[in-house]
Amino acid sequence: MIVHSKLSSGAHIGANTTVQHIMRQVMLAISPATAFGLFCFGWPALNLFIITLLSAVLFEAFCLRLAGKVARPVIMDGSALLSGWLVAMTLPPWAPWWIGVAGAGIAIILGKQVYGGLGQNLFNPAMLARIALLISFPIEMTTWPNVAPVFSAHAPGLIESWSITFSGLGGMASADAMTGATTLGYIKTEFSQQHWLPDILADHSIFLDFLGWTRGSLGETSSLLLAAGGIWLIRQGVIKWHIPISLLLTVTVLSGIFHLMDGQHYVSPLVHLSSGALMCAAFFIATDYVTSPNTPAGQLVFGAGCGLLIFVIRTWGNYPEGAGFAVLLMNAATPLIDHYMRPRIYGRYRNGKPLAQKVAVQEHKQ
Amino acid sequence: MLSLSTLFKEPRIRGGVHAEAHKASTSSQPIVIDLPLPKKLYIPLQQHVGKAAEPVVRVGDHVLKGQLLAHSQGMISAPVHASSSGVIIDIDDYPAPHPSALPIRTVVLETDGEDKWISAPPVDDPFQLAPEEVSLRVGAAGIVGLGGAAFPSAVKLNLGRENRIHTLLINGGECEPYLTCDDRLMQERAAGIIDGIRLMLHGMETGQAIVGIEDNKPEAYAAMRKAGLPYPFIKVEQVPTRYPMGWDRQLIRYLIGQEVPAGGRSADVGVIMHNVGTAYAVHRAVRFNQPLVSRIVTVSGGAIASPMNIEVPIGTLISELFAFCGVDQTAAKRIIMGGPMMGDALPHSRLPIVKASSGILALTQEEIRNKAQQPCIRCAQCVSACPAGLLPLEMANRIRNNQLDAAVDIGLKDCISCGSCSYVCPSNIPLVQYFKYASGELAARQQAQHKSEHTKRLMDERNARMDRIKKQQQEEEQARLAAKAERERLQNEQGTLA
Amino acid sequence: MYILTAIVSLTTLGLILGFLLGIAARYLKVESNPIVDELEALMPGSQCGQCGYPGCRPAAEALAAGEAPPTLCPPGGSSLAEQLAKLLGVEIDLNDVQDPELLVARVSEDTCIGCTRCFKVCPTDAIVGAPKQIHAVISDACIGCKKCIAVCPTECLQMHPVEATLRNWRWPKPAVAEGVATC
Repeated sequence: MIVHSKLSSGAHIGANTTVQHIMRQVMLAISPATAFGLFCFGWPALNLFIITLLSAVLFEAFCLRLAGKVARPVIMDGSALLSGWLVAMTLPPWAPWWIGVAGAGIAIILGKQVYGGLGQNLFNPAMLARIALLISFPIEMTTWPNVAPVFSAHAPGLIESWSITFSGLGGMASADAMTGATTLGYIKTEFSQQHWLPDILADHSIFLDFLGWTRGSLGETSSLLLAAGGIWLIRQGVIKWHIPISLLLTVTVLSGIFHLMDGQHYVSPLVHLSSGALMCAAFFIATDYVTSPNTPAGQLVFGAGCGLLIFVIRTWGNYPEGAGFAVLLMNAATPLIDHYMRPRIYGRYRNGKPLAQKVAVQEHKQ
Repeated sequence: MLSLSTLFKEPRIRGGVHAEAHKASTSSQPIVIDLPLPKKLYIPLQQHVGKAAEPVVRVGDHVLKGQLLAHSQGMISAPVHASSSGVIIDIDDYPAPHPSALPIRTVVLETDGEDKWISAPPVDDPFQLAPEEVSLRVGAAGIVGLGGAAFPSAVKLNLGRENRIHTLLINGGECEPYLTCDDRLMQERAAGIIDGIRLMLHGMETGQAIVGIEDNKPEAYAAMRKAGLPYPFIKVEQVPTRYPMGWDRQLIRYLIGQEVPAGGRSADVGVIMHNVGTAYAVHRAVRFNQPLVSRIVTVSGGAIASPMNIEVPIGTLISELFAFCGVDQTAAKRIIMGGPMMGDALPHSRLPIVKASSGILALTQEEIRNKAQQPCIRCAQCVSACPAGLLPLEMANRIRNNQLDAAVDIGLKDCISCGSCSYVCPSNIPLVQYFKYASGELAARQQAQHKSEHTKRLMDERNARMDRIKKQQQEEEQARLAAKAERERLQNEQGTLA
Repeated sequence: MYILTAIVSLTTLGLILGFLLGIAARYLKVESNPIVDELEALMPGSQCGQCGYPGCRPAAEALAAGEAPPTLCPPGGSSLAEQLAKLLGVEIDLNDVQDPELLVARVSEDTCIGCTRCFKVCPTDAIVGAPKQIHAVISDACIGCKKCIAVCPTECLQMHPVEATLRNWRWPKPAVAEGVATC
């Protein structure tokens, strides 16, 4: 006779997805864009990438140890690694080592563990880290090296890369690094000098921006590869289309309207879509399960809100890029959206009242 | 063309999951009808929703197959019949086929091996019977919903006659993975099912019937279509394969296009639903006068050597089925009665098959949801999967924090425990168990409150009685004192006179 | 000049707000209600004394005065605690309220002499019987106050846990796995 004493309720079978599986798929989806970024910005970017990921995992283990939990199984879920990865993607590729460590620390400790770990945080850890770093270390966070693929003539060698990574701006100067502004930053600066649009972007290639052959954060430059990874994730069923599409659509429509009205002061949708952190935010940051709404309707609102804020901050704000701020602000609104955007329950109206009994009513009329 | 309105209209099917079917091993083999007759049958007196049946036989009685063992009690109940001929050797508490295996009153029948039917004349033309007579016969045959709900079928037929029902819906969905008993029944006994449907229509005085069959059962669909061809008022339709298509309200929404109001019954939208197995049982009961004494059970799962569908006498122990089909004792990590989504895990196999047992599964470690529980990452897959439009993750979260009322506020009572949310959860959170726990706890609290009100009433009554007694005693005392005074006065008067 | 403006404006503001607060305190005052009666109405009323107070009324008074927690009543369990807390408008953590296993009295038929003492003290008339007859406890009506135990001369009354049946069986709350946060 078979005897099983443990009580277990249905469903007794389950789909084969796990948290690890989901995290792995997201990592897979961002790896092409990351690889392209590492290729474009060479050894220093790789140093920073490794340092950030490693410190994210170490911080996670440290916090778990502090909380008296067994660290190993939690580390294995891959969420800390993914958080670290996303932080690294948003950093200037040649930022000094301590920026990576500080970013990972902020993301893991302040962004996640103080709330109680995975699934409990209100704000997107990676964006929290990026914004905190941007406000605290504006120079390090806005020094953008030129594209210099590994092994190309201008690219720093392995030894040189260590001096860039470990002695910060000084190291960069000694390596004769060529730096400049990102597309969005450049436009903002030119505007402040009363230079207006088509002239500013006269010899600028939007195609190269889309491709990622441009100055920018480590993993955010290639809009094309990011979009490809994001679409693959949607096809895999890991994320839903609602947030990315409504976000991108909002930015496109708003910028399109303003660009058509005044092409001198408002950049075109193509520039918006190809530059900055937009694609990364749309597909990988705003879609973070924990900090985005649960229902499709809520996700549409959330995406539209992010898109609106990104456009507003980019256009009228002090910072050239607003994706981080936009996502954090909408994160704060997520509980509210979740509260109001509930699915309709079967047999009930949206307000929760049971449906009227149609047949009974008809009978009375007859 | 995809128009804007279709984008905003809700789809005909909400939520649900595509679970791996695991049906191929049993759906192509005929139903086995030569299961060796068990030596002993354990027939519980409550195999249905409602009140337990009351035995009419005594220990030592010899009974024939189909003979009444216990009659129904009250409005919602069902009688129980002998599944074979033999001697009653005990009427006592035995473990119930329930996750707890707590005792249930059971008639134990030692079979004599003859399997001799009680003589009951078949009906020549059941359509000459009065509609009330049909439901009476269905009730007397002990037929309950064979899809797993076990609601007494006669009650539903009466409900159909009393309400204005336009459609009898026949559920051939069988959306639970592994189970193929309805599939095989439709393939092999379609004519009987159609006859049962016609009888039910007659009993309910309803005009039309629709049979819904999931499109992963083409053979069953073809057989039913063929059998139903002569009767234009019986439509046989295919429905998409998506669990829980067999949930009555999902099927009603899909086939009728109406939603049953929350807290209401399907009769509120003019529909009554029965399972195909029930229709077949009605055919047997009304036309041949045979009560429900056996059912078709799918025995399947990774630990079963030769999975199959078997016609099993009610009361057969699961262990006998395992012995017949061959089970790998060490590999069987979970025994399930019913389907793997909504069925109950049983603690052991010495439990009887009852009327609602559509399947017996012995699942291996690889088949069951066995990964460690992880924190909720709010992926909202459960929200997409919920056919009722609930927020399982929010409900579970509130229940975990003991905010049961808050869980009710967001729809706990509309949960049908279909298991879709638990199925998709990547963190392996036992969501359904949270909901079952909360519902049970709420029921317990309500009971506790009833009890406390009851207690208070008892107390008040007692206090009133005590007061009354005291008062009475006082009055008696006073009367006694008065009488004594009177006596003394009289004595004194007599004294003075003397 | 600026300082003067600031002082004047802030003072005015303070006065206006103070005035508004005064009005609010006067007109929006919450009447102190006879909460003791309401509390007592919720309680089992069996005067069993398991809370440490001599009866339900004194317990309700202690509750209203804030001297006792809403979780004071063992027979009421967590459901009563929740209702009391709601009425008192206080937050309670039901995580810490372990519903004590409800015990009910049962008569051992071998030793009962039919003395009728027990059913005379039973506050809910849960014990039935007649003189010189074996008594029986209606477990649905027993509140577990143990008064009968004290008076039984033969110790034939004993407290037993309520028997588990299919009817009162409930799914347990799922155990929270290791490392899973509970907030």
